[in-house]
Amino acid sequence: MSWGGWSEFWAMGGYGFYVWGSYAVTLACLAIEILLLRRRTREAKA
Amino acid sequence: MSTAIKWFWFASPQTFFPLAGTIARACWIGAALLAAAGLYVGFFAAPTDAQQGEAYRIIFIHVPAAWMSMFLYVVMAFWAAIGLAFNTRLSSMMASAVAPTGALFTFIALWTGALWGRPTWGAYWVWDARLTSELILLFLYLGFMALQAAIDDPRRADRAGAVLAIVGVVNVPIIYYSVQWWNTLHQGASVSLTRAPSMASTMLTGMLLMALAFWLYGIAASLARVRCIILERE
Repeated sequence: MSWGGWSEFWAMGGYGFYVWGSYAVTLACLAIEILLLRRRTREAKA
Repeated sequence: MSTAIKWFWFASPQTFFPLAGTIARACWIGAALLAAAGLYVGFFAAPTDAQQGEAYRIIFIHVPAAWMSMFLYVVMAFWAAIGLAFNTRLSSMMASAVAPTGALFTFIALWTGALWGRPTWGAYWVWDARLTSELILLFLYLGFMALQAAIDDPRRADRAGAVLAIVGVVNVPIIYYSVQWWNTLHQGASVSLTRAPSMASTMLTGMLLMALAFWLYGIAASLARVRCIILERE
């Protein structure tokens, strides 16, 4: 591991906002799509 | 039963339904495992970039999402064209099922690109050939979905959507070659089949693992959605 510790990891060398902003929104998009698909499947089967 | 007959057998929505469920389940699991491996390599094995510092780590989602946005559009247009040409119900349903996931990956590519552009170029957005053509791709996906949603008769909606999808496919090579055809801020292709990759092998490994994860995710989401469409329509 190339990081000095967790705080260094979250800081991303000063680019934390950009890196985690990208990953957080991507994760949120995929999670929302999965939830919507599960709901649609449930409703279609009902 | 010969293989040829089996393929036609699976062209029927009713027989495809359980098969799609099985493939989707395997792809969800594969996508999760590959994403975990890709993120591990991307954050813990890949070194800091000499020029961009840690900001470059956005590449592990940006490039795979951009690839998927273009690839899924071609898949959507392919199924739409087959549905239009042969009047096969399942093909048109596949086109409709791929569109939302394609739009999602296009949005992710644009979003992560903006957050990467700010620290490296100094701007979230520029009206550059690559960025603009990718934005047009998002509008093509949204236009396809809106057009289909606006027409009540599903068969007519399929045909109208297919024409839009087929015409729009011309935008995909424009996106891909935009960095060569125009003088743009966006860098050229990171990976090419004809020359050695321009990045460290651990970076490339992380990116390819994430690309495979997104690819399996795209298959799983599309098949899960086509199952809903089959249930809703038939």
